[in-house]
Amino acid sequence: MSTGTSRPSNIGPAVATPESRELALRRVADVAFQVLALLVLVVALASLATLIWDIVSDGAGTVSWNFITGFSSRRASQAGIWHALTGSVFVIIVTALIAVPIGVAAAIYLEEYGGRSVGARIIELNITNLAAVPSIIYGLLGLGLFVRMMGMGRSVLAGASTLALLVLPVVILSTREALRAVPKTLREGSYALGATKWQTIWHQVLPVAAPGILTGLILALSRAIGETAPLITIGAVTFVTFAPDSIWSPFTVLPIQIFNWVSRPQVEFHANAAAGILVLVALLLSMNAAAIWLRDRYQKRGLS
Amino acid sequence: MTLRPSDPSRASGSPRAESRGEDPRVAPSHVEGRHVSTPPGVAVRPSNTEPRRGTRKIEVLIEWGLFACALLSIGTTIGIIAVLTIETVAFLEEVPISEFLFGTEWTPLFAMPRFGVLPLVMGTLLVSAIAMLVALPMGLLSAVYLSEYAGERLRRVVKPVLEILAGIPTVVYGYFALLFVTPLLQRVMPDLAGFNALGPGIVMGIMILPLVSSLSEDAMRGVPRGLREGSYALGATKMQTSVRVVVPAAFSGITAAFILAVSRAIGETMIVAIAAGQQPRLTADPTKPVETMTAYIVQVSLGDTPQGTLEYRTIFAVGMLLFVGTFLLNLVSAWLRERFREEYA
Repeated sequence: MSTGTSRPSNIGPAVATPESRELALRRVADVAFQVLALLVLVVALASLATLIWDIVSDGAGTVSWNFITGFSSRRASQAGIWHALTGSVFVIIVTALIAVPIGVAAAIYLEEYGGRSVGARIIELNITNLAAVPSIIYGLLGLGLFVRMMGMGRSVLAGASTLALLVLPVVILSTREALRAVPKTLREGSYALGATKWQTIWHQVLPVAAPGILTGLILALSRAIGETAPLITIGAVTFVTFAPDSIWSPFTVLPIQIFNWVSRPQVEFHANAAAGILVLVALLLSMNAAAIWLRDRYQKRGLS
Repeated sequence: MTLRPSDPSRASGSPRAESRGEDPRVAPSHVEGRHVSTPPGVAVRPSNTEPRRGTRKIEVLIEWGLFACALLSIGTTIGIIAVLTIETVAFLEEVPISEFLFGTEWTPLFAMPRFGVLPLVMGTLLVSAIAMLVALPMGLLSAVYLSEYAGERLRRVVKPVLEILAGIPTVVYGYFALLFVTPLLQRVMPDLAGFNALGPGIVMGIMILPLVSSLSEDAMRGVPRGLREGSYALGATKMQTSVRVVVPAAFSGITAAFILAVSRAIGETMIVAIAAGQQPRLTADPTKPVETMTAYIVQVSLGDTPQGTLEYRTIFAVGMLLFVGTFLLNLVSAWLRERFREEYA
């Protein structure tokens, strides 16, 4: 661009003119820039690898059957995570039961019914904004609304409701994405045969969109399962010695147990924390695997 | 895809379809009646209008139900604002707002409590600034590379890695910051405290990197091809085109990504709660322990603070400040994104 005013001089074989030197310089800068950018990507990759290596080397020795089925203890070598693992699974199931129907319904409204009305536009803006609200603010909402005002106490239900509100924007946004990918002709064909709007959505649009919706749901729930801050804020107990048995039970979850162990000064508990992280990551991975399996199954049935 | 609508038994709702959740009282007689009497493709107005009205009533009911679910998101926003406002107002009745906003000491749990929020704000800004120093250049560079240089094969490797980085639970990053990055830094900087702003700041930067990278990349991919080709036609190299044409053209989109990243850094909780310490301190020195707004909320929540006390209300007042701050940043970011979209619509 700097040579924009000069006449093209590189038609013949260039001798060492100032222009050719500048060209060479530019080429060097270009390569240097590429190397720098590649370096950044390598750093990102390396930090992921280091993180995994660090946690595996700290925690792999501690993971055992006793660790998984044990309860919390004041002695690191006897401490386990059964209460936290069951708590996490229980909370996520209740969260899904609340967030999935509401989120999918809201997405259907916005995508299929709302159109360009002012109301739909406001709701849309609001959802985008909610998706960027820090998770700890949802914790304060849960503390004020569910734990205190609605009197749920520090129960599984209060925790799951809080997490449900937290993931709702993600569920809605990803479901809308999946619905948008369904071709318009499918809807029009259904209408042409006399189906009503809801019949079209229920029998034609949703089955086709299901794999996409499922993927989004699992992604949203995997975010919820790693959430710590909002559950600490609503007061999930850090030292429980039993697995939760009803939605009114007090509970703790894996990330909170990990946080509890990391925060202790004794080194032995840090190994427990790393082992807890490994279990948490295993849980996340199996959720994602389940999502892929479900999606494939659904896809075959839905489209054949 | 076009197979299904032409299959009348499915499109008009066969008995099998009913069992999948439509109202059993009205739909079967109506749909089946129509199915038998009306061959597909022939528009015949049903002579019996009674069930039809029933269907319409259900349709309206369903639409209202769906609308109610969508409205719940507005309810969430109102809920957040209401809960925060109620407790913050109660807090400000006991502590003058000038002391809260401009006081330089935060010791609410002491016998002689002081409620100046500035140390918490300073701690938050310090850690966020370090995070942005890591995430911005790295995120922008990797975005330029992914958008302008990288081939499909490399993208297929790098994108999932970035997604994994973004999907790791933050408590794991906290562990990494406290037990790996800080000890590593201490080898180079011997007077670095065990809890400090630097380690968690760097780790937070790595956590935010995928957000900056993917949003900036989206913005750059939105820049029309013609601009690039014009630049090449003038003899510019790829780097000159990227730096002097594509990045400026995508500027509002990239800025939107940056602001969203700042908002994310300010609201991030677990990394700082684990690795930055719990000492509210008005300092710009990244080697000292600090406390952020979010870490303070966690600290109080871990203790058993009874409802209605002043300490209980402090977390809502701090939360209010946090909410207003991130909300404004998000609004600016959304506005910039909108502007960017209009530029190249």
